[in-house]
Amino acid sequence: MNQPAPEHSTLSSYITGFAFSLILTLTAYFLVVDQAYHGTGLRLLIAVLALGQFITQMVFFLHLGRETKPRWKLLVFGGMVTVVVILIGGSLWIMSSLNYHMTPSQVDQYMQSQDGF
Amino acid sequence: MSHSETVTETTTKTVFGFWVYLMTDCVLFASLFAVYAVLHNNTFGGPPGSVLFSLPYVLTETLILLTSSFTCGLGLLAAYRQARNQVMAWFSVTFLLGLSFLVLEISEFSRLIHDGNGPQRSGFLSSFFTLVGTHGLHITAGLIWMIVMMLRINSRGFSPANLRRLTLLSLFWHFLDVIWIFIFTIVYLTGAIPQ
Repeated sequence: MNQPAPEHSTLSSYITGFAFSLILTLTAYFLVVDQAYHGTGLRLLIAVLALGQFITQMVFFLHLGRETKPRWKLLVFGGMVTVVVILIGGSLWIMSSLNYHMTPSQVDQYMQSQDGF
Repeated sequence: MSHSETVTETTTKTVFGFWVYLMTDCVLFASLFAVYAVLHNNTFGGPPGSVLFSLPYVLTETLILLTSSFTCGLGLLAAYRQARNQVMAWFSVTFLLGLSFLVLEISEFSRLIHDGNGPQRSGFLSSFFTLVGTHGLHITAGLIWMIVMMLRINSRGFSPANLRRLTLLSLFWHFLDVIWIFIFTIVYLTGAIPQ
């Protein structure tokens, strides 16, 4: 009894995904090692490459978006991305504005305890 | 409804259920990434990531895991062709690659701890060990699952239930690869960029 492979997992899909992943990984690695770019620009480039890598693996390895309607997997995926963005973005936002929300006397106390001002 | 239709429907439902689990696991990792993002500058006078991590070492780990994800996919395709020897071969390769990844990760951990840079050293290292260690635990679980599946296929062949479980295992393994991409980029590559 031969079952067809579900959800379009084909050899060409895996080979394409693997090739793209390798290219994206090595590009990101050599961008950092060669240091042709610096600081924020480099960080941004690396982030874009990681996003490309994420989409590549989601589509070619995990077969996201290849299902037939209704696209429940895509819906749950969207929910996950929303939660993750709120979680990480929110954490960084709150923690980066902690100092802003301290009262002046707290700031004095903090500076004395940390740096002995 | 015919027998094969029932099987297909069960598979679709099971895969969807597992997908929901994977997405919630993403949220778990996202919390750990958030902790790392908040704490990564709190080195408490200790060495930062750019001093501690060796990029060629991490690139080796990444390429190993990436290749294992690919061979895992090839193994699943062979399973749908009912080619038992190929399935065993591809999943053995995947297992060995996964195991060497785990060995590399553990030896990195023990080197750090041996040099006095264990998780208790600073907030940065606590969050690093938690994030990367959680990924390592997932890899360990995946490796145990892989052994179980190879034994099952060896003894009971390609039953619909076994094929279904193999599909879930390969989803799990690809998912761990995706998480590692973010550890590689956020922890190691970004950590190596001079301020």
